[in-house]
Amino acid sequence: MKHTISVLVENEFGVLSRISGLFSGRGFNIESLSVAPTMDTDLSRMTLVTRGNDQVLEQITKQLNKLISTIKVVDFTGGDYIERELALIKVSTDAESRAEALRIVDIFRAKVIDVTPKSYTIEITGAPAKINGILELLRPMGIKEVVRSGPVVIGRGAKGVVA
Amino acid sequence: MELTGSQILLESLKLEGVDTVFGYPGGAVINIYDDLYESSINHVLTRHEQAAVHAADGYARCTGKVGVAIATSGPGATNTVTGIATAYMDSIPMVIITGQVPTPLIGNDAFQEADMCGITRPCTKHNYLVKDIRDLARILKEAFYIARTGRPGPVLVDLPKDIQVTTHKFSYPDKVSLRGYKPTYSGNIRQIEKAAKMILAARKPVLYVGGGITLSGADDVLLKLAEQTKIPVTTTLMAMAAFPQRHPLALGMLGMHGTFYANMSVTECDLLIAVGSRFDDRVTGRIDSFAEKAKIIHVDIDPTSIGKNVATDLPIVGDLKDVLGKLHGYLNKKPELVEDLVEATEEWRSMISEWKERHPMTYRSSKSVIKPQFVIEKISEMTAEDAIITTEVGQHQMWAAQFFTFREPKTFLTSGGLGTMGFGLPAALGAQVAYPDRQVIDISGDGSFQMNSQELATLVQYKLPVKIAILNNNYLGMVRQWQQMFFEKRYSQTVMELPIDFIKLAEAYGATGLQATKVDEVEATIKQALETPGPVLMNFIVSREENVLPMVPAGKAIHEMVLAS
Repeated sequence: MKHTISVLVENEFGVLSRISGLFSGRGFNIESLSVAPTMDTDLSRMTLVTRGNDQVLEQITKQLNKLISTIKVVDFTGGDYIERELALIKVSTDAESRAEALRIVDIFRAKVIDVTPKSYTIEITGAPAKINGILELLRPMGIKEVVRSGPVVIGRGAKGVVA
Repeated sequence: MELTGSQILLESLKLEGVDTVFGYPGGAVINIYDDLYESSINHVLTRHEQAAVHAADGYARCTGKVGVAIATSGPGATNTVTGIATAYMDSIPMVIITGQVPTPLIGNDAFQEADMCGITRPCTKHNYLVKDIRDLARILKEAFYIARTGRPGPVLVDLPKDIQVTTHKFSYPDKVSLRGYKPTYSGNIRQIEKAAKMILAARKPVLYVGGGITLSGADDVLLKLAEQTKIPVTTTLMAMAAFPQRHPLALGMLGMHGTFYANMSVTECDLLIAVGSRFDDRVTGRIDSFAEKAKIIHVDIDPTSIGKNVATDLPIVGDLKDVLGKLHGYLNKKPELVEDLVEATEEWRSMISEWKERHPMTYRSSKSVIKPQFVIEKISEMTAEDAIITTEVGQHQMWAAQFFTFREPKTFLTSGGLGTMGFGLPAALGAQVAYPDRQVIDISGDGSFQMNSQELATLVQYKLPVKIAILNNNYLGMVRQWQQMFFEKRYSQTVMELPIDFIKLAEAYGATGLQATKVDEVEATIKQALETPGPVLMNFIVSREENVLPMVPAGKAIHEMVLAS
């Protein structure tokens, strides 16, 4: 089963290798990983997506917590949370398909951020499923490049994840 | 007052109570060694950096203090890795200081540069690269704190050469502030009460005790709890000395080379109380049939150990001393219920006694050839079970665990988790430095001994009277045993064709060498070794194809043992 986990870590030298090394060394998989500093610049927040049964996830959570650099681990799976991913998509266009591409962009509330006679570059944010959706529709036109950030998540409600 | 980085290091070591370090100098630590020249800190020069780390490890295991080792950058530092991994697997508190190339050169493939933080990340509890002199004192404070608290382990501090000579005002912090590191010491009282109820309801309980018991200093309270409840105790390799093996409740070791009665007890028990143990594959055998009739209580300070290999019915995270103390205290308040428990488990203990009688820990003795088990029994007897025993890894290690009658904690120093050949001699060296007046004996095989035999020089130089007993079968015996049992006696690369003259080897270093080839020479050889001052090597020519039994073949359940006939 897929799990989305937030990890608050010390924003210090080598911390990313501690996390990624933990996953590779113990045979856990990472589907995506995104990292950036938080409001407290001493801390970074990682969002990672992994798969495994309950026992594996219990180990992943415990092992993450065991790292000295880890402040907090939250597994959002099963809870009420919002998930967003950013994707930048470069799609081939010609006179015939340009209007259709714009319609798709409109339907998905995406944006065209760069235009050439032969291409559109599209920016879209949303849940990963929504990004998969627009990619599906754009594919027949010819996708030249896709860059996805991997999802980031935040819990619903007034309470925040704090160190 | 302004101090240099290397002075800050040495002052910090003193403030941490370190009076002895083990190490090996080199270009990237030359400033530290210059300051050591006039320091009150005692430095022991080993002949290899790996041995320095094992020696610091042995020192830590027998004293409970943090062991400290120093090595230079590059090859000096990479040589420490096996020692660090050994300590990590057995949760031994250590701080390893490695020199590093100057900070401006880091990443440039400089001479004797190795990325030690990268290399040791998976085999240290934590590690540091000091990039700023202002961080040095704090980092050292944290390193010692992390090494000795929670589940202990080795911490590496990589110290670039330019930082060692930069000056800064020295002030050692009183406290550490680590937001991400707060080990749980106090066991949850509700969970402990539940455990007490499960124990009181059990009819076939067993305590399964691991190395954590000694790390926590909970050996005494374990004994009290066992005697209070009359629950039999089986110990892992790491805990053989944590429970007096002559005690009527002692079942000896469990697992692959465990006793028949320990393995049967675990197989048949209805409650398994795991304390400071981690269900290692060498203990469990085939995991799905391990203690399959039992409910499992698992007490450990490290939450990752719980539920990792087997599902636990009742997890308790905490320091064993705290948890077992509370459990003992709780049961003390219910003397009638404990009495009922003792009465209701009478049948269980007599069942175990029958197993003990049917298949005691034994071997077929011989008059014509020296049996390795016999040598160990004799050492046990002739040292009045009072020696500190270290081992290498292999058959001799298992025989030491099976046939030495341990009675006092911290007297059996062996590489359990990583299984490092070459550990025993430097570990004995470290133990002898810690206890100059105690009898320290390295039980060794001829294969393992040659992995760090250069440390004979260190023993002689520092007049450390370590006694070495080589059980010499001229084989890599444990692998040979597997080849005999599972590979149709195809002894691929396990025959040590060359007969080494170990007496001459000992003498070349200035140590004493003794040899026994006949059964009736064994006692005299041990006696002479114990009476001879300084380091002595005893070479026992033992029966060549002796096997370690009982043995649970890989993939079998632990009750499916091959027994000694």
